Amino acid sequence: MPAFLFYFFSLLTILAALFVVINRDAVNSAMCMVVALAGVGALFFLLGAAFLGALQIIVYAGAVMVLFLFIIMLLDTSARHRLGISEINFVVVAGTLVALIGAALWLAHQYPAVGDPPVVEAMPTDQAPMAYATASKAFGYGLLTRYMLPFQVAGFLLLIAMVGVIVLSKRPPSDGDSPPGDPRR
Amino acid sequence: MQPGLQAYLAVAGIIFAIGFAGVLLHKNTLVIYMCLELMLTASTLALVAFSRFYGAMDGALFVFFIITVAAAEVAVGLAIIVALYRRRRTVQVDELNYLKH
Repeated sequence: MPAFLFYFFSLLTILAALFVVINRDAVNSAMCMVVALAGVGALFFLLGAAFLGALQIIVYAGAVMVLFLFIIMLLDTSARHRLGISEINFVVVAGTLVALIGAALWLAHQYPAVGDPPVVEAMPTDQAPMAYATASKAFGYGLLTRYMLPFQVAGFLLLIAMVGVIVLSKRPPSDGDSPPGDPRR
Repeated sequence: MQPGLQAYLAVAGIIFAIGFAGVLLHKNTLVIYMCLELMLTASTLALVAFSRFYGAMDGALFVFFIITVAAAEVAVGLAIIVALYRRRRTVQVDELNYLKH
């Protein structure tokens, strides 16, 4: 059953990723992107990382893509959207895509086969490296013991990003009074 | 047959390649940014697969930090794109050529 699920979700993810690229409308691209990111989240679930799968769907497919859709609709570039396929450009891109996919498949094939360690819902232990466990408790244990400093740095990073976004999106006071349609140089 | 590490790596590689092609092909900054996110997600998928098949938790824990940093990065990047649109009234990369002249 998981084998069938793996093929289903990887096919779904790859097709959605393709539609992100070949869609001409940015909103359609964003919608396909939601499907692709949720598909990657499903692959996380299949790998036994249920916490990461939930995080991927909530943060990526949820929050980040909502932000993207807001900005796409706010800027409204649909009137002048262009895919910009000139012949040479398309040939170069298609060649690059085929070469990259071939390289990826070849490298993945070359990779030495490793064993399939059983997925356990283990309780956290102090052994290093931590054994792979599906339990969210083990995940939180790792975050709050071994990776405590990066965890706090990540929190500060989010705070700094928030302050940075507020600073960036503040209008400069000198031309704050000009009408919104006015192209400023 | 149970899919192994190679199958997951192949999927991650294909998604990464598609995202890269999108970065090359598109002219809309927002779509380019989305394709960059697609590449980042593909790399996290490879990281989780490595972590799972080597039986160590550290890779999966690092994906948590990658998702955090990516969320911060998206917020800042989109703010920069909005600021760019305010100044130039466009987000098409071929119209943003002021360094060229």
